[in-house]
Amino acid sequence: MLDILKAPVETFQDFVVLSGRAIGNAFRSPHYFDDIVLQSDAIGVGSLLIVLFIGLFSGLVMGLQLSRTLATYGATAEMGQLVSVVLVRELGPVLVALLVAGRNASGIASELGSMKVTEQIDAMRALGTDPTQKLVTPRLIAMAVTLPLLTILADFIGLIGGYLIGRYRFGLPFSQYWTSAWQILQYNDVVQGLVKPFAFAVIISLVGCFYGIRTSGGTEGVGRSTTKAVVVSSIWIFVVDFFLGEIFVNLT
Amino acid sequence: MSAPASSVLRFENVSVSFGGVKALEGVSFEMDAGAVRIVYGAAGSGKTTLLKVALGLVCPDSGNVFVFGENVTHLSENDWFKIRAKMGILFQEGGLFDSMTIAENVAYPLLNQQVSAGRASENGQVGERVREALRFVELESTLEKFPSELSGGMRRRVGIARAIVTEPPLLLYDSPTAGLDPITANTIINLILKERDLRHATSMMVTHRFQDGHLLANFRYNPDSGQIERVVRNSNGGSQVTTKFFVMHEGRLVFEGTQQELKASRDAYVQKFAK
Repeated sequence: MLDILKAPVETFQDFVVLSGRAIGNAFRSPHYFDDIVLQSDAIGVGSLLIVLFIGLFSGLVMGLQLSRTLATYGATAEMGQLVSVVLVRELGPVLVALLVAGRNASGIASELGSMKVTEQIDAMRALGTDPTQKLVTPRLIAMAVTLPLLTILADFIGLIGGYLIGRYRFGLPFSQYWTSAWQILQYNDVVQGLVKPFAFAVIISLVGCFYGIRTSGGTEGVGRSTTKAVVVSSIWIFVVDFFLGEIFVNLT
Repeated sequence: MSAPASSVLRFENVSVSFGGVKALEGVSFEMDAGAVRIVYGAAGSGKTTLLKVALGLVCPDSGNVFVFGENVTHLSENDWFKIRAKMGILFQEGGLFDSMTIAENVAYPLLNQQVSAGRASENGQVGERVREALRFVELESTLEKFPSELSGGMRRRVGIARAIVTEPPLLLYDSPTAGLDPITANTIINLILKERDLRHATSMMVTHRFQDGHLLANFRYNPDSGQIERVVRNSNGGSQVTTKFFVMHEGRLVFEGTQQELKASRDAYVQKFAK
């Protein structure tokens, strides 16, 4: 029984050690600002279009589905509130995080994995650079900055999507939709909507880097690491989402 | 306990295992300044692990490792960086960074040492040293290219340039000729030979090719003519004096000696590398 638990516990321990060093490095020199900018571009700017796209469509779909239920109770005027709360609290952060996990956790794991199997990470250590400092920390910082920003944009575009449905299906006036969408939001919701993507960013970047750096077994190993990075980060996003949700629900 | 001052690399009963499989078992040896060692061994005999332990990339399970007279067995990664700055390594596949140009790759150890020393980079000087190192491997024209645009042999040569650009007192070559055709392999060995005879750095080369060791032990670079020439036996300063051979078998060091001793060995496994 204990033997079965040994491997996952060891893996988790390695993960915690890497995370600790990566986070600690953020406050230690040398800082690789070039790498932070490059990664922010790859993660943030690179994901922008697709994030806006899913933001818009999730807003549209939500508006569409809500419209039937709300029409039953004659409460279509509340649409702005509902779309706003669901998007800002839950859907925005989780959808964007899942998307970025699929796009970037895999990208990070495969890039670092290829570097590992072609001895580039060993070469980096041999040439006197800490790979955690040079590879992991810039990705962590870039992700932690860009993911909340992407989430804000996705939330906003999603609200526009909801508005489009309200406007063209029910003739909902502009000010009614946006006022109710704005007024329903409390500090708790906004903070929750920003803390979540920040936490997800930490998960995605660290899990991606962790599996990348641990890659062994040639190109086949790179494939395995990539898959693991996406699966594990997605699972953790949901688990952490639940616990953060629990905390914020109790705060109100 | 410390090793004598002239000792550059010293292993004391070093053992390493990966998941229960012994990669190194009780390996002991010593290399003085200026020594050249050629490590022969079949695939999986622990040659690469030996180099990785010397570089601190792999931590030994037991035994002691001394580099430049300092016990490095339990050194932290940060302390290792200072030691590694005095070592040059050529990885089996070159280990070049894909995302950087050839010039950036070769400049990397130079810039890195300046960063850790807290000095501002003097770009002109770095550029000149990078060009000089690439001129040495005759690849000056590839400065702005990326590693993926070069052939396997050229990448290996860039790897040599990157290893020697900081003029380290200790050089480690991990199977520099593996997977190369014989002509390219000879070019690589000639470069290693030239480096050895121009700067007299302590070097260790891991290989499974008999020809590599044969070339290093019996030929020398003549700086006056710029040619590689056969060493005349018993002449003073002949390179065979400092060039010695190791043979590794299943993690153990089974032979240590000169080329003559290698040829005279009666061990069937050792004989395979003596032709």
